[in-house]
Amino acid sequence: MRDRTRKTGWAVVFAVVVAFAIPWFLWRDATVVAGLPVWLWWHIGWLMLTSVIFYVFSQWGWGLWVGGDRV
Amino acid sequence: MSVVLQVAIVVGYLLAALAVGLLAYRLTERTAEDYYLAGRSLGTVVLLFTTFATLLSAFTFFAGPNIAYRFGPEWILVMGLMDGVLFGLLWYVVGFKQWLLGQQHGYVTLGELLGKRFDAPRLRGGVAFVSLFWLFPYVMLQQDGAGSALAALTNGAVPYWLGAGIITGFMILYVVLAGMRGVAWTDTLQGAFMLVVVWTALLWVLYAVGGASTATAALAASNPEFLRLGGGFYAVPNFLSTAVGIAFGVTMFPQVNQRFFAGDSETVLKRSFALWPILVLLLFVPAFMLGAWGAGLGVEMPASGNILPAILAEYTPGWFAAVVVAGAMAAMMSSSDSMLLSGSSYFTRDLYRPFVADEVDERREDRLARVGVVAFALATYAMSLYNRSIEGTWSLFRIGDTAFGGFAQLALPVMLALYWDGTSREGLAAGIFGSQLFFLLTVFQPETWVGGVPLAGSALAGLLEPAFGLFASSYVGGWGANVVGMGLGLVLTVAGSLLTAGRN
Repeated sequence: MRDRTRKTGWAVVFAVVVAFAIPWFLWRDATVVAGLPVWLWWHIGWLMLTSVIFYVFSQWGWGLWVGGDRV
Repeated sequence: MSVVLQVAIVVGYLLAALAVGLLAYRLTERTAEDYYLAGRSLGTVVLLFTTFATLLSAFTFFAGPNIAYRFGPEWILVMGLMDGVLFGLLWYVVGFKQWLLGQQHGYVTLGELLGKRFDAPRLRGGVAFVSLFWLFPYVMLQQDGAGSALAALTNGAVPYWLGAGIITGFMILYVVLAGMRGVAWTDTLQGAFMLVVVWTALLWVLYAVGGASTATAALAASNPEFLRLGGGFYAVPNFLSTAVGIAFGVTMFPQVNQRFFAGDSETVLKRSFALWPILVLLLFVPAFMLGAWGAGLGVEMPASGNILPAILAEYTPGWFAAVVVAGAMAAMMSSSDSMLLSGSSYFTRDLYRPFVADEVDERREDRLARVGVVAFALATYAMSLYNRSIEGTWSLFRIGDTAFGGFAQLALPVMLALYWDGTSREGLAAGIFGSQLFFLLTVFQPETWVGGVPLAGSALAGLLEPAFGLFASSYVGGWGANVVGMGLGLVLTVAGSLLTAGRN
């Protein structure tokens, strides 16, 4: 049961990571901050956040769905 | 800026790559597993960079900036979503699973994994055949790019055939000698080199024009639409079809898929997983922003059809353009050398050995593998030259353009085979070959399908004049044939498996 909760939780996290790599809420926006469009800053920040999330997963979620040394 | 100095920079770079390959040769054992997979021993830095450099071809330096120059920098988002996020996740879901199975059973290729798991040698051969069908012209594209880049750099002093020949020769040398270890080490050098070159170019250009704010302000004045997210070329279905189709396609590309087997340990895979998105970000943002800023700065598209060299010629000294061409060369070579190696392994292990000569010992297979590399490289080179001479009538380059879509068709049936116990041999075969057939038909006879009525007799015409490239292939409501075909492959695999349930 605990495993199932973890699987669902991580699936939701990854779905959010995929969904907002492109800032849909900034569609047709052209605001520029510090030399780059805001939508590009969002993307840069989002991919850095993705990297942190992937790291957290590799430490505490690794093996979910797939198998391996933890699950 | 003399041609001699430019050629010297490129040749110097090639020699450095060769030296690294030779160094790796001294550590290589004479077995197929060591030759193809470096004995499954790659550490984090090497695995990360070899996957990175293999995945990124000349697109980063030429086609990518060209797209940003013509349509705006949104392509960065497509690449970030596709390569940074989706491919990262697929590396875990498909790649880690394959790695585990490879550790247990010693698989070297995807076809071998499927063939043995489903006790289906013909399926194994079929997967190898489909993969080689798409891989072969894609290698040609890389050789063609290298030849054209050298010819453009030297204003024709190094002709196309010679440039492509030199690159092919160097690759054969170190791939034949050092196998995966040599390829992975040179990839690491090449990947690092690409990053340094792209960032140097970015900083240099921005310094020359007075910073990012100035460059972006110029872009806002000349092409205000470029800074506005989406619209025009960047319609939502186009965004998603490309990102999804290519991310899945990439995982099935032999040279990328084979790297899934090559990691040393789970720790290596975990670290690679976490660092991956950052690496992708570091390369694409500067490369594509340069292309977009080029439009704002009023740089004219040169005759060669590539904007990045023109931007650099405008703002940096001549020798640096040669360094960037060497960087593009690095991008092409690090992809093609891996393709040669994987192509050879698919051919020798999944086609030649099972169907022609089963009784091959390890040393003989190792030799065979090297012969395979030479044959593959020479064949693609010869076809590149031949195709160029008859350009416009029947070009294999068209197949190369659609290779990502072709490989994407494999992804979902393979994922079902890895995870769904109900998958049957017949279902898998139906999914794989059915979706390939669908994709080939849609890609090579577009007119007949866009109209909704398949017309007999036009298949030949469709084959002779394929009007569809990778990005133009709208199918249903703007969704690419690649994504529609993937869905079909999924349905066919499931339906076929359910229909044949209990037979195996």
